Amino acid sequence: MRYSLFSIARHALNSHKGWTEAWKKPPLQKQYDVVIIGGGGHGLATAYYLAKFNNNLRVAVLEKGWIGGGNTGRNTTGIRSNYFLTENAKFYDHSLKLWENLTQELNFNLMFSQRGMVSLCHSSSDGERLATRYNALRLNDIDGDTLTLDQLKIMLPDLNYSPAARFPISGAVIQRRAGVARHDAVAWGFARAASRLGVDIIENCEVTNIDISKNCVTSIQTSKGNVACEKIGICVAGHTSEIARMVGLKLPMETHLLQAMVTEPVKPFLNTLVVSPALHCYISQTDKGEILIGGGIDGYNSYSQRGTWPKIEEIVSGAISMFPRLRGLRLMRTWAGIMDMTMDGAPIIGQTPIKHLYINGGWCIGGFKAIPGAGWCFAQTILNDQPHPLTEPFSLDRFRTGRLLSESGAGNQPHKQ
Amino acid sequence: MLLIPCPFCGPRSEDEFTFGGDATLVTPKEEGNIEAAADHIFLRDNPKGWHKEYWVHRYGCRRWMIVVRHTVTHKIKSVSLATAINQ
Repeated sequence: MRYSLFSIARHALNSHKGWTEAWKKPPLQKQYDVVIIGGGGHGLATAYYLAKFNNNLRVAVLEKGWIGGGNTGRNTTGIRSNYFLTENAKFYDHSLKLWENLTQELNFNLMFSQRGMVSLCHSSSDGERLATRYNALRLNDIDGDTLTLDQLKIMLPDLNYSPAARFPISGAVIQRRAGVARHDAVAWGFARAASRLGVDIIENCEVTNIDISKNCVTSIQTSKGNVACEKIGICVAGHTSEIARMVGLKLPMETHLLQAMVTEPVKPFLNTLVVSPALHCYISQTDKGEILIGGGIDGYNSYSQRGTWPKIEEIVSGAISMFPRLRGLRLMRTWAGIMDMTMDGAPIIGQTPIKHLYINGGWCIGGFKAIPGAGWCFAQTILNDQPHPLTEPFSLDRFRTGRLLSESGAGNQPHKQ
Repeated sequence: MLLIPCPFCGPRSEDEFTFGGDATLVTPKEEGNIEAAADHIFLRDNPKGWHKEYWVHRYGCRRWMIVVRHTVTHKIKSVSLATAINQ
């Protein structure tokens, strides 16, 4: 059923008793054309675009837990495309363009709000570095602007402009098309849209092994039984190494914790995302009024999905340095997700050495914004058995050929430790 | 939060330490093999389970040590000094 003002009115006449579930819960079949491992944003988007591009395909999404229970429901919901390297910029801007029409396409309100993202400069070298990056953006036909201190003061009067600050603010850059979306709605919207196109979404179904014959995928073993399939797509960021281990693949990544936290809700005072590269901290205000704060990774390998205290302290101190008025607020919740941190900070999307096994992972700290773009490109990679031009640079073999995509600020790049 | 039993200083907070990465990597002996070198630099086991890793007690005795820690429970099984690194 389509969601619309008309459907709300129609169901109101029946006391809203006629609403059906957003996506179906079919039993697992014995055979599929394509199986996607992972029912997060990336897996669901891939399944949706697969079904959209070729509606004759039988597609299943296998999710170990529940839809949207992993990183899709744990991120800080930022969406942007302000990347310096052309490969990154083109891919993430394609994704941003899909976001701009996604609520209409999925017929599900994602609460996408292009409120802009401000990156603060704290020194002249900071300013030059960010100006270089934003000039590169404009050369790639992506919006980006510099802000003087006076312009910034009008836009964000609550920042700490004191020259005595630990990192005094000297200016800023802004991407006005950047924004936020409601992350749960993204998972639910893609799940509903994929289900309507005939994709089987199987929750509580853990993949235990992948069967291979003559270096080609044949079937997949799960906690709900074996499934024969022609192609498999891995969309399990955080656990990509674990799935790859099943087929004897070793990947250039480590799994790390990334935390986020919200304060108690307050009246609206912040209508953009603000990031300070020097303080390793970014802040936005949610629609509920909470101040949402994020920072860097905890710094050692972990699959535990719970963060540690020293990092919370560090992130909060950065937030208070930016906005001293946050000092009196109490933290309401903190949580952590686990990230595939690749060795160059860029994702891995494409084929693997095993035929018909495809990988979408290594999103480091920024997978949420890539959901529609990656789903779109990954679906075409699987359909055509060749990389999509936009994601070709993100191939797994770049670590051997040397064509790395080392963008500063995109990941921790553990090999530099 | 980790409590790391330093062989010199006793149990100390993770705040005093810096993580040094996977301690199982061995530099390939053969020279000129680019693929082996690339694999050594970039590939990781990244286990969900026990992980052998380097830590340095930066704000303590400043010694490097090898810690065996579980990546899900964060329990520490053993700590030893990193004396002969991957020889």
